[in-house]
Amino acid sequence: MSAVVEVRGLSKNYRTVTAVDEVSFTVEENTIYGLLGRNGAGKTTLMQLLTGQEFASSGEIRVFGESPVENAGVLERTSFIKESQKYPDDFQPKHVFASAPWFFPDWDAGFAERLIADFRVPLKRRIKKLSRGQLSSIGVIVGLASRAPLTFFDEPYLGLDAVARQIFYDRLLEDYAEHPRTVILSTHLIDEVSNLLEHVLVIDEGRIIVDQAAEELRGSATTIVGTRAGVDSFVAGREVLHRDQIGGLASVTVGRLDPLERQEAAELGLELSPVSLQQLIVQKTNVPAKEFEVKS
Amino acid sequence: MDESRPIFVQIAELIENDIISGGLPEETQVPSTNEFAAFHRINPATAGKGVNLLVDEGILYKKRGIGMFVATGARDRLIGQRRQRFENDYVGPLVAEADKLGITRGQLAEMIRSGEGSAE
Repeated sequence: MSAVVEVRGLSKNYRTVTAVDEVSFTVEENTIYGLLGRNGAGKTTLMQLLTGQEFASSGEIRVFGESPVENAGVLERTSFIKESQKYPDDFQPKHVFASAPWFFPDWDAGFAERLIADFRVPLKRRIKKLSRGQLSSIGVIVGLASRAPLTFFDEPYLGLDAVARQIFYDRLLEDYAEHPRTVILSTHLIDEVSNLLEHVLVIDEGRIIVDQAAEELRGSATTIVGTRAGVDSFVAGREVLHRDQIGGLASVTVGRLDPLERQEAAELGLELSPVSLQQLIVQKTNVPAKEFEVKS
Repeated sequence: MDESRPIFVQIAELIENDIISGGLPEETQVPSTNEFAAFHRINPATAGKGVNLLVDEGILYKKRGIGMFVATGARDRLIGQRRQRFENDYVGPLVAEADKLGITRGQLAEMIRSGEGSAE
């Protein structure tokens, strides 16, 4: 495996806001990444920096070993599908698909045609007459059919219905299996995509707070429910990720439990339930970040 | 796929279940990693990890350029492993729950005997 993206000490400051704060990470080749975080956490800024659409305030970015800024050799291998991509109002979808090959050397027109049929995109309607979901479909099709070695999807599915989202996930997996490439998917619909991801980056207030294999995160937290006294005695001395209580009952989320600890909890009459990736991230980004400095 | 355990472990278990049930007889070809990934809607690398787990254990073996096959003797080995795990995973919790409810071992044994015919 070789690194496609290497970022060291990267910061981006706007006048009063630090959107990206001293971030360092590596993106490996041919892997599907999830870039997750709350609104305003810095996801889009980070992707703009990686695609040369913003200048870094400090730090270093290497994409395919080079700086992406004004670098055609890097950018033609990169596809960035934005949340609300704008097209000229008088364009029709067919113009978008006709011009895409000018930017993407690996563009597969046959694949694009199949996707256009799957997503039922009206090719000859004017862009400004299209619904939000249809516009999002165009972005998704461009992102998939460009087959760029490094593809960013930034919240690609505003307005897409559940069927269209499922088509997107299925086509992404199928095509990725045949044409491996690096995909960075930013989304709020974490439950929907958690099984697609191989690696997860969580950004919160401009800092990367999770940089882990998805399989390691899965099962990395457990929620324990039971009487307050029972739960308290079991979790004593453990790092508590989250805590809810009502009357005499408590629900506490802690880290991974081994089989012996699970048995011990069961003997104490405590209920154990798994924590989904989505719940885990909600809990991690819902508290002051300083409590969750990266542990790795 | 349940949330509590790694997906690759669950993929390996699904394949094991098919071998035990006879759905995947010995010396037949198992679906490819990409087929597993598409069917279960999971990352192909994860599916590959599940398949490789079984290759490492000698349950599956690789024929170069063709694919993965179920090894001879795989079914008996898996059943042996599962019987051992049955005691830990099922009998243990069953007894613990029975104790919690004040069911004696004798009553529990009677329940199991009388339940024999009613399950399915």
